[in-house]
Amino acid sequence: GSSKLNSMFTSVSPKADIISTVEFNHSGELLATGDKGGRVVIFQQDTENKSLPQCRSEYNVYSTFQSHEPEFDYLKSLEIEEKINKIRWLPQKNAAQFLLSTNDKTIKLWKISERDKRPEGYNLKEEDGRCRDSTTITTLRVPVFRPMDLMVEASPRRVFANAHTYHINSISVNSDNETYLSADDLRVNLWHLEITDRSFNIVDIKPANMEELTEVITAAEFHPHQCNTFVYSSSKGTIRMCDMRASALCDKHSKLFEEPEDPSNRSFFSEIISSISDVKFSHSGRYMMTRDYLSVKIWDLNMENRPVETYQVHEYLRSKLCSLYENDCIFDKFECCWNGNDSVVMTGSYNNFFRMLERTQRRDITLEASRESSKARQVLKPRRVCAGGKRKKDEISVDSLDFNKKILHTAWHPQENIIAVATTNNLYIFQEKVN
Amino acid sequence: MSACTLVSVSTVLGCHSCFRVDMFSKGTKRKFSDDGGEMSDESLGGANVSSSYNLQRQSLLDMSLIKLQLCHMLVEPNLCRSVLIANTVRQIQEEMTHDGSWQAVTEAFCNGSQSPSERLVATEVLCRSREQDAEPKLFSVISYEGCREEEVVADETLCSVSVSDAASNVCLSESVGHCWETGELRVVESDEETSEGSRLGPGDDDDDDEDDEDEDEVDEEEESSREDSKSMGQVFGTFEIKNGSSGPDSALEELFSDVDASYYDLDTMLTGIQSAPKMGPYDLLDSLAPSHGPPSLGSPSNCRSDLNELDHIMEIIVGS
Repeated sequence: GSSKLNSMFTSVSPKADIISTVEFNHSGELLATGDKGGRVVIFQQDTENKSLPQCRSEYNVYSTFQSHEPEFDYLKSLEIEEKINKIRWLPQKNAAQFLLSTNDKTIKLWKISERDKRPEGYNLKEEDGRCRDSTTITTLRVPVFRPMDLMVEASPRRVFANAHTYHINSISVNSDNETYLSADDLRVNLWHLEITDRSFNIVDIKPANMEELTEVITAAEFHPHQCNTFVYSSSKGTIRMCDMRASALCDKHSKLFEEPEDPSNRSFFSEIISSISDVKFSHSGRYMMTRDYLSVKIWDLNMENRPVETYQVHEYLRSKLCSLYENDCIFDKFECCWNGNDSVVMTGSYNNFFRMLERTQRRDITLEASRESSKARQVLKPRRVCAGGKRKKDEISVDSLDFNKKILHTAWHPQENIIAVATTNNLYIFQEKVN
Repeated sequence: MSACTLVSVSTVLGCHSCFRVDMFSKGTKRKFSDDGGEMSDESLGGANVSSSYNLQRQSLLDMSLIKLQLCHMLVEPNLCRSVLIANTVRQIQEEMTHDGSWQAVTEAFCNGSQSPSERLVATEVLCRSREQDAEPKLFSVISYEGCREEEVVADETLCSVSVSDAASNVCLSESVGHCWETGELRVVESDEETSEGSRLGPGDDDDDDEDDEDEDEVDEEEESSREDSKSMGQVFGTFEIKNGSSGPDSALEELFSDVDASYYDLDTMLTGIQSAPKMGPYDLLDSLAPSHGPPSLGSPSNCRSDLNELDHIMEIIVGS
């Protein structure tokens, strides 16, 4: 049967700032969120009961730190927001965890490490740090490590700054674990994780005359296995795949993915809704998924002229595009994600709805992340939106949808059926009910 | 159910508030049947239909230009959003150039009885944009978003129109109609008085007016164009300043006192750099137009002199 989601409802305090990014690490043990106030909050999976078949995972706060601060660009007289646009984890190499977090202009590499022992028994200072009076010292001792309460420290190890004129929308760690890319509206830069004072520009779509600008970069990602391959998506609904071996500047793509427009659906809003807000490779590396305003498309990397699968997220909004243009909702950037084995994809919508789209069986389900519908251990009830006509019981009509309640960021545990869904101020963690 | 109920001013994630304009109380309606049949279809119904499409299109154009200009002042504007809106404006302008409505309005105003000073920017814009052999970057199919049956409004002219061969319904107009039907002009971050003063027509207009609009409304286009010139040109063409008894300047000053004129320059917008010189509103459209030729022969030189006057008004408005 279809998977039922046992809601393990966890939320951050309502006073939290607007969540702007959500990302599991490679093992799924840690879940990082970034918010509009520049803070990063990391949750850790409670592994106490993992061995039990009916285990319920809980995610508890593991570490909180201020990643970015607001800045002021004096040259342009503009504020640089501290909002965290993206977080990406590095694969774990040793005991410490590393992640990249970025705001509009600056990327930072953070080291998160645990400390559960501390040295005690110094000769020259007291436990509280005060210096001991050397005249009172009569014996010498060797300091030893004693256990202490677990402390999680986050320290900035690298700051990658001053490489982006425009707003950074994506970062992606390469499979070589040495480099990563950062993309803004017009350029993609390649960095070495160890080197902060320079980056390599690999894509530049800025026209000589800015008045001729008609297209921007909206997202970029490295291929999960091929370290020379990356893709970037555009506001015109195209995806370009580039091979860094071909040339230094990857302005010439090796593949261009674009679906021809459906002329019967043409309107003044066609271009806007075709703009791609997110692109994600499948874990297998054979497919990639793109999200535009109304749909999710799955592309086979070997076929450029059309996607292999298209899923409508909220087709009932097509007749409301003018209203959504008026209130700017049409510019909302929804993200999308794959589950661990690439069989299900997930994306958010309005009214705190999110959608899970099962690929092989072509089933889909709409769920809601809200306190009312997410009591602990309660199975989430599927939602239905009534596009028109007579509204059935339990359906909600399009005109009753709350467009301020949008789910832009979702994440799926890399191995288990645990999902993280961010509403405006709250983080929900849901887990599949194991029967 | 009205689509207005689902439209709320979004403040999450730094979204920008937009204007909601009551299009149909005193809107930019116009009748082309008096204008030498430029837009005349076979029947009066046809003319009404294309008028209402043009109306919707005009309102979309206005809305887009407003969005481009009224960006958040403290933080750099979102480039992707600006580019998408600018592209939308270009599309509309190209289509209007292609189907001759640009020219039609131009001729109407240049030869009209209204004094040129009241036609200022609209005329200038239209004159300069019109080119005989405009580049064919055009959309041959004037089609609309699919209109769901259930959402058909009472006014059929809005909903079941095809101006071209496109079979789909006019949902653009339908949804725009919904947008506008009970909205009132509300200026963001302005005080109550200004909001009151800028209300378009009777504040509680509803659907009923739409039914009558094509039959017995006066040529609102002229009236709104007068406002065009007063209210900084094309962008604000749909505003009607009710308390403008003391002339256009004071009301406009109140209305747009916190608008930075440097953002009228699209180039400025795109690069996020504030530039010092203020440009006339017609320059905005100018910078957007992929191809604009010399003014058509129909544009008399009095357009030029009126431009200076407009510049002067602009200077006053932006408080330089």
